[in-house]
Amino acid sequence: MSKLYTFLKYFFITFWTVFVVAPFLWAVSTSFKDFQSVNSKVTYIPWLDFEPTLEGWRVLIKSPAKGGVDIVEPYFNSIFVTCTASLISIVLGTLAAYALSRFTFKAGFVRNNDITFFFISQRIMPPIVLSIPFFIFLSTIGLLDSLLGLVVVYIVLLMPIAVWIMVDFFNRVPKELDETALIDGCNPYQAFYKVVLPNSIPGLIVAGMFCIIFGWIDFFFAFILTFTEVQLLPVKVVALNSSITPWWSLSASALVSVAPLIIVAFIVERYLSKGNLSGALK
Amino acid sequence: MNFKHKFVFLFPGLFVLIGILIFPIIFTIRLSLSGWNSYTPEMNFIGITNYIRLFTDDPRFWESFFRLSFLSVTTVILQYVIGFALAMMVWREIKFKRFFRVIFLVPMMTTPVIMTVIWRTFFHESLGPVNDLLSGLGVKPILWLSDPVIAKFTVIIVEVWQWTPFMFLLLLAGLLSLPKEPFLAAAIDGASPFRKFVYVTFPLMAPISIGAIIIRLIEASKIMDTVFVLTSGGPGTATETSSFYIYIKGLREFQMGYAATLSFTYLVIMIISLTIIAKVLTKLMIKE
Repeated sequence: MSKLYTFLKYFFITFWTVFVVAPFLWAVSTSFKDFQSVNSKVTYIPWLDFEPTLEGWRVLIKSPAKGGVDIVEPYFNSIFVTCTASLISIVLGTLAAYALSRFTFKAGFVRNNDITFFFISQRIMPPIVLSIPFFIFLSTIGLLDSLLGLVVVYIVLLMPIAVWIMVDFFNRVPKELDETALIDGCNPYQAFYKVVLPNSIPGLIVAGMFCIIFGWIDFFFAFILTFTEVQLLPVKVVALNSSITPWWSLSASALVSVAPLIIVAFIVERYLSKGNLSGALK
Repeated sequence: MNFKHKFVFLFPGLFVLIGILIFPIIFTIRLSLSGWNSYTPEMNFIGITNYIRLFTDDPRFWESFFRLSFLSVTTVILQYVIGFALAMMVWREIKFKRFFRVIFLVPMMTTPVIMTVIWRTFFHESLGPVNDLLSGLGVKPILWLSDPVIAKFTVIIVEVWQWTPFMFLLLLAGLLSLPKEPFLAAAIDGASPFRKFVYVTFPLMAPISIGAIIIRLIEASKIMDTVFVLTSGGPGTATETSSFYIYIKGLREFQMGYAATLSFTYLVIMIISLTIIAKVLTKLMIKE
C-alpha cells in the first residue's frame, strides 16, 4: 500500500515536472533552429537532429533597420512601467492597509471590511471593461501611447494586490508594537515609519513580488493603450507571432522575456521554506 | 485620539484608486446608453436600445458567457485538485524538495501571452512536437487548434499549466502555517494517511481553500490573453469568451456604445455570480 503510494507520488511529480519544463525545452531547442529545421520536419536535439545556428539570438540585438527585432527598448519600457507602478501601489497600498488594520472607520453603513473589500474587489473588474473608457480617457488627456498612461492604469491593477497582502500582514503584527512606540512619545507617523515598517519587511517583499509579477505579465492594457511610440515586451513578442512566424527569433525573445521573473520563483521558494510567506498569504 | 491621522494613511490610496476608476465607470454607463459606432462617433442618447438588443437579439454574447463559465470553472477545479496534490507532496520531507517547489512555481512567473505563443508552436498540427511524438506512438494527428471541441481543451491545458502554480503557492503556504497538534493527535490515534487527510488536513485547509478558489475564479474569469493568442476565439467562435467578444465588438468593429453595454452587463453578472459562488463554497466546505 505505502509502496504503491510512494510510486504514484514520484510518478506524478515526475510527470508534472516534465509537463512544466517541456515548453521551455522546446523553446530553447527552437531558438537555435533555422528555416529548414523548423519547416521540413519536427526536430528536437541540436547537432543530432539539426545543425544549430545562432540566428534567432542574433536578431535580438540587431537594429530593426537591418531586419532585427529590437526588444531592448520594449524591455526597458516594461521594466520602467512595472517598477514605477509597483512602487506607487506598494506605498499607497501599504499606507491604506495600515489604516484599515489599525483604525476603525465608519461612514454610514461602510465599515473597515467594506473599504478593504472595495480595494480588493477591483481585481474582479475585467480588463476589457476598463479598456474602452481608458482608451478614450487617455486619448483626451493626451496620454495614449505613453509610459505614464500605462503606469496610471497599472496602479489600478496592482494596488488591490498590495492592499490584500498588507492588510493581512499588518493584522499579524502585534498592536502592542505601535502602542509602545506611541507611549514612548512617537507620533503616529513615526510609530509607523520607525517601528511598524521595519517589522513588515517580509510582507512588503511578498507584496512587491506579487505586484511585479502581475505588472510584468500584463498584456491586454499594453496591447490596447499603446501603438508605436511605446511598446512593452509582451506586445512586442506577440507581434512577432503574426503572418509568417520566424519561430527561432520568437522563441529566443520569449525566453529572454520570461527569464528575469524566474528568479522570483527562487525568492518565493526561500520565503516559503523559511515560513515567512504563510503569514503573508493567508 | 488618532482621529485625523487615520485619514492621512487611508485617503491617498483610496482617492487615487477612486480617482482613476470613477471616470471609466461613469463613462461606461453613459456610453452604454449611446449609439456610438464608427458611423456616428458621438455621445448621443438612445436610451436602453442597446440593452434590449443584448437581452433579445444577441445569442453570441450569452454563448460566449457560458463558454467562459465552463472554461473558468473547469480550469479552476483542475488547478485546485492538482495544486493541492502537488502541495501535499512537497509539504513534508522528500528528496529535492526545494528543487521541485521552485519548478512547480515557475509557470506563474512567466508572461501568459508569451508562453502561449510558445504553446502555439508546441501544439502546431504539423510542425509541433506533440503530434510528432504521438505519431511515433501510432496516434493520428490531433487537431489541437482547429477542432472546435479539442481547441477548448487545449486552452484548458495551457491555463492549467500557467496557473496551477498560483493555487499550489497559496495552498502550500496554507499547509505550512497549519498548527502541529491535530496531526500529532491523529498520529497517536494511529489514523491512516487517508483518514488523516479527510478528517484533519482537509477541514483545517477549508478556509484557505475557499480563499484560493475564489481568487483563482476571479482571475480565471478574465481569461483573454491565452485565447487571444492561441486560437483568436476560433475555430469559428468555439473558444470565444465574453471578454474577447466585447473586444471584437468594441475595438475591432468600433461599436463602442454596444460594447459598453456588454461590458457593464458582464461586470454586473461577474460581481453577482462571484458573490454567490463565494457564499455557496463557504457553506459547502465549512460544515460546523
